[in-house]
Amino acid sequence: MGRLVVDGVCKIFDEPRGGPPVVAVDGVSFTLENGEFCAILGHSGCGKTTLLNMVAGFEAPTMGSLSVDGAPIRGPGWERSIIFQDYALFPWLSVVGNIGFGLDMKRTAPDDRDRAVRHHIELVGLGGFEHHFPHQLSGGMRQRVAIARALSVSPRVLLMDEPFAALDDQNRRSMQDELVRIWQCEPKTVLLVTHSLDEAILLADHIIVMTRRPGRIKRRITVDLPRPRDEDDPGYIALRKTLRALIREDAAT
Amino acid sequence: MTVEATCQDLTPRRLAPSRRPRCPSLRGYALLAAALALWEVLSRFILPLSNPQVAILMPAPSVVVVTAGHLIASGELPGHLLASLKREAGAFLFALAAVPLGIAMGYWRAVHEQLYPLLEVLRPIPPLAWIPLSILWFGLGDTQNQFIIFLGMVFPILINTIAAVHHVDPTLIRAARSLGAGERAVLSRVVLPAALPQIVTGIRVGLGVGWMALVAAELVGASDGLGFLINDARSLLRTDIIVVGMLTIGLAGLVLDVGVRRLAVRLLPWSAALAR
Repeated sequence: MGRLVVDGVCKIFDEPRGGPPVVAVDGVSFTLENGEFCAILGHSGCGKTTLLNMVAGFEAPTMGSLSVDGAPIRGPGWERSIIFQDYALFPWLSVVGNIGFGLDMKRTAPDDRDRAVRHHIELVGLGGFEHHFPHQLSGGMRQRVAIARALSVSPRVLLMDEPFAALDDQNRRSMQDELVRIWQCEPKTVLLVTHSLDEAILLADHIIVMTRRPGRIKRRITVDLPRPRDEDDPGYIALRKTLRALIREDAAT
Repeated sequence: MTVEATCQDLTPRRLAPSRRPRCPSLRGYALLAAALALWEVLSRFILPLSNPQVAILMPAPSVVVVTAGHLIASGELPGHLLASLKREAGAFLFALAAVPLGIAMGYWRAVHEQLYPLLEVLRPIPPLAWIPLSILWFGLGDTQNQFIIFLGMVFPILINTIAAVHHVDPTLIRAARSLGAGERAVLSRVVLPAALPQIVTGIRVGLGVGWMALVAAELVGASDGLGFLINDARSLLRTDIIVVGMLTIGLAGLVLDVGVRRLAVRLLPWSAALAR
């Protein structure tokens, strides 16, 4: 299960130095059905991260409501685990410790915990690195740990905040393919925030393009291309063109 | 995914080459040896020529070594060292209360708001300035001595703990929360371990400052300990014992610091701050 409903959400930040309040997110509404992979695409400063933070429960909306499977979001919780750009792994825990953290928080029985940890280590291809610490791993491997950690708690919605922005091109591409593979193994509702057109097209079923200041939904596009997606496919190229035009328009204004 | 990419990605990043400080070569000790030789010649041959009374004030290194041998053999030096270390350890146990206090101050703004002004007023007072009052409060003796040492330790530990908590990466806390961690789990399983390396730094500084305060406290109100030893030797004009005592104080302080650092590196191998 994992139906995310965002309904009429606004977020207004008060300027600390007495300036006019900033409208970061303005009247955003959308619904993600169970198992849908949705990318929110926009320039930096379009409020997409603010939106994600509200879904994660780190911030409360000024207006509007958010809910998962009908239960309103009131704060962070395992049913909306998140993958961060800078991995946010606990440096004092091994790969096993990091992946098991959320399971410990859920008070999973030791046997089930070990089984789940082992399963997710296999899923992300980290066999043999169970007892390594994050500082002993490459960027791509750290992100694999982060993915496994977020999936291990069986979230209803998986959130990703520019998850591959810190990786070099080649690693990013291979991690994106990996993510699609993992997602196909274990379908989940996914909300991905990105500024990369290619990342959005490669990964998502739906792309929500946002405008800048105030952050509004400009268009919601459904991606019908079969997976794995090919950058040379005419459909891909056409979609990329459309998205670029939408983003450019916004930058010009 | 290409095969190369997979392989590349699955190769663990090579562990940084161990950065143990290389054993300084003998060449590094050349000046030290020359200075010792000069000192030896000066106090054995030059000074007695001009004034034998003055020569006593500057015992030769060889004399110091012999005296150290006697003091160790008689058990006098180890006894005083042990007495001092006991005081240091006793005060340290109390000073460790600064860790939970610092975590509370670093984590909860309200606690910080209330306690920080108090801290700012007390902190600049040197521990030694507390000696007169502490003698009136506790009388001469171990408690008074330990109180002075405690004051030397507590502020570096407290300040570093507060700063350590402030510097905990907020994303780590968010990550923990989104994995279902409640407030208590965030504090004990994220904030504390994340702050630990800098808390250890605070403990190292605290032990050092405490060690200095200890010697001063013993100069005034103790009947054993290294501070007592050197002050007692002064009244007997045994400058050789004074020098032995001073060197022991320095050496013990160094060993203490290196020991804590080694222990921390072993217990917190993941900490980049300690691996420096």
